[in-house]
Amino acid sequence: MATNSLPVKERKKYSRNRLVIGLVLIGTGLLILLLFGLHLQAGQVATYALTPRGDTNVIPIPDLTLPVQTSIYVLALISIFLGAWHLAREIRSSGALMGVVAFCFVAAFLLCATAGKSMDLVGVLNTSMVRATPIALAAMCGVISERSAVINIGLEGIMLSAAMGAVTAATITHNLYIGLVAAILTGAILGAIHAVLVIRFKVDQIVSGTAVNIIGAGATNFLSARFLETNVEKLNNSGVFPNITIPLLVKIPILGPMLFENNLIFYLTIFLVAILYVVLFYTPWGLRTRAVGEHPKAADTLGVNVFLTRYVNVIIGGMLAGIGGAYFTIGSIGRFDRLMTNGKGFIGLAAMIFGKWNPIGAYAASLIFGFADSLQVKMQILNIPIPSEFLQMAPYIVTMIILAGAVGRAHPPAADGAAYEKQ
Amino acid sequence: MDRNTTEKKAEKKTGGQGGKLFQTLLIPVLSIFTGLVFGAIVIVTTDATVIAAYGSFFRAPGTALLDTWNAIALAYGSLFVGAFGNPATIIQAIHGYYATGDQKDLLLSIYPFTESLAAITPYILAGLAVAVGFKCGLFNIGAEGQFGIGALCSAFVGYSIKGLPWFIHLPLALLAGAAGGAIWGAIPGYLKAVTGAHEVVNTIMMNYISFSLGDWLLNGPMKAPGFRPVTPVIQDSAMLPRFFPAPLRFNWGFILALAIAALVYWFLFKTTMGLEIRAVGANPDGARYAGMNIVKNFILAMTISGALAGLAGATQVLGIDHWVSQNFSSGYGFDSIAIALLGQSHPFGVVLAAGLWGFLRSGATNMQSMAGVPLDVISIIQGLVVIFVAAPAVIRWIYHIRLARTETTVLTRGWGK
Repeated sequence: MATNSLPVKERKKYSRNRLVIGLVLIGTGLLILLLFGLHLQAGQVATYALTPRGDTNVIPIPDLTLPVQTSIYVLALISIFLGAWHLAREIRSSGALMGVVAFCFVAAFLLCATAGKSMDLVGVLNTSMVRATPIALAAMCGVISERSAVINIGLEGIMLSAAMGAVTAATITHNLYIGLVAAILTGAILGAIHAVLVIRFKVDQIVSGTAVNIIGAGATNFLSARFLETNVEKLNNSGVFPNITIPLLVKIPILGPMLFENNLIFYLTIFLVAILYVVLFYTPWGLRTRAVGEHPKAADTLGVNVFLTRYVNVIIGGMLAGIGGAYFTIGSIGRFDRLMTNGKGFIGLAAMIFGKWNPIGAYAASLIFGFADSLQVKMQILNIPIPSEFLQMAPYIVTMIILAGAVGRAHPPAADGAAYEKQ
Repeated sequence: MDRNTTEKKAEKKTGGQGGKLFQTLLIPVLSIFTGLVFGAIVIVTTDATVIAAYGSFFRAPGTALLDTWNAIALAYGSLFVGAFGNPATIIQAIHGYYATGDQKDLLLSIYPFTESLAAITPYILAGLAVAVGFKCGLFNIGAEGQFGIGALCSAFVGYSIKGLPWFIHLPLALLAGAAGGAIWGAIPGYLKAVTGAHEVVNTIMMNYISFSLGDWLLNGPMKAPGFRPVTPVIQDSAMLPRFFPAPLRFNWGFILALAIAALVYWFLFKTTMGLEIRAVGANPDGARYAGMNIVKNFILAMTISGALAGLAGATQVLGIDHWVSQNFSSGYGFDSIAIALLGQSHPFGVVLAAGLWGFLRSGATNMQSMAGVPLDVISIIQGLVVIFVAAPAVIRWIYHIRLARTETTVLTRGWGK
């Protein structure tokens, strides 16, 4: 009788990945303890306003007061506990696990920074969502374009051009809606240029995107210097979309003032994210798009027009990025400044990758970046010892960290980046 | 006509093997020319005088056309004078020098030309940086950040260490610049090699981080006493020697850049490591099959790329400015991409392309002050040249030329694989 031994593949190896993650989580917990917890006096409280001040539409809610040191200890304990559990008995969804611990870290940081002071929490959350808007729209452009396997990194150029187009059209016609239409058209045109270069002339997609960025930045700088800066009243003074309050929904505690008191572009963004999700995953058009992105040859054999699909997707993506560009001017400050997008297009790309090329995932990722962005501004106001320049770096560092962790496990559409040759 | 016949016809037309150089140069040259034509169109269509003249075109067509020509001539004329100097003034100055022995006028007349040469230096190095990246299939958009970090590092060594002889101080400062840039490039390289995160986004993020870091340093630890956010002036022993007396700024950095270009050529094409880098760039799977270490080569290529860009920043500080101010590295990032593309990622091509860019940029400042054309028209021309070089088919379509299929470099791949 042969002795029984476990076949090799059933023997569970203690994977190095699990060890690393477990140790990192415990380490984070300890870091929370040391960095944030220890040097505080006991008894300090942080006050979080849950109602925006001076807002009459909203039902007032009492402020949230948290004992800082205790809360930080709790957060640290949670992280350490989760790390230890992961080491002892593996927790399946390590992504969610890391997300929870990351949340603990950020919350602890926030508590430490606001110890003894008060902060408008709902306001910060609202600003996060608002600042996430251009990132989300850029991410949507990336998603729809890359789902049909065309990489579009020309987002900065498109958003800058659309921003300028929006503000100029809106100022000349005294009509913000025409500005929005102008932005969409500009985005569509630039998207079309990218599409033609990449699909018809088979230019390397990243080179083409970079060229769009160069031309977009150069052209807007040139036109701004030539016309806008000398004719501010007539060309660069459009006003901004007003905030629209949705009457009943705004009364919902916390969520109300956060979500339902924003301007048109904000609502449009959320709407478009939902639409894009439905179209991409529940309509024949979306199915064809995804087929073209994963295996264009098979789609072609079945009669799908690969080139047309890609053209339409990239142009629609351009329109979305155009709306994103409009946010910067007619949705935010009402004038155009040179290079005002400041890297948001690229952060949108990172959000797309982090969101695994899924519209809702990309939107969630954009919210995270928006939060980092708005936190950075708030921290400067709160006067914490970290120099403001380091806080400015935060969104970009966060992007890099997320990319490093996310890409390995996120798979782009299989044909992403390759030009299609009809045979 | 099938492909083979078209190719044979084209080869016959351009003279076979000897025509290969012609073919390699044809596309870049036509791209530049077409770019300049588009630039002229942009200048003319945004010029207030010309627009007004066309308003009354049918009453006075001659005026409209004359105004158009004047606008273009003024713009490109001042571009030329800014780049090379005014030939008439130079000849006059030479006569004056032989007559009186007074150097001043002669120096002033060749000032634009020497300024262009001085401007070419960082472009050569930055272009080489991006080119080395391309050779390994990596798109280094981080040249601007690496340039800035290199400048800060070399400036720091330049102003903070006193009492060293120049033959130690200067190489040390240059090395510091290269090292700073190397680290700045190695980080995205490492992330790409180990995690697969695409270097395009990471290098751009590193750029923005370097801007914030630079701002902090210039307003804090590295700030010179006074109001402005600039570093102290570097010691004399760290400055790159200049060829002519002030105000001419042409310095040994130019010779250094050319030497580095030759060094890069030797490295890429005459050494095993260079061969590996190029192999990984051409076909990573094939290279892996042949036993080459992809991770090592990605990191090596990005480190070298960063070092070159950092060296570019160092030469700019040590040779020209002698201090670092805010927005120091502005524009070098995208310029270097265009230069690398135009030079087909080959060191000698990069030198030529950098030459063109140096002259263009140098002349553009004069064009802005003399003809009132904003500098940024150069960016537009630049972007167009990038497109034309990357899509030779567009040039071919415009000018109806047939070319034999030349080997196309695969520049980049998709997101992390």
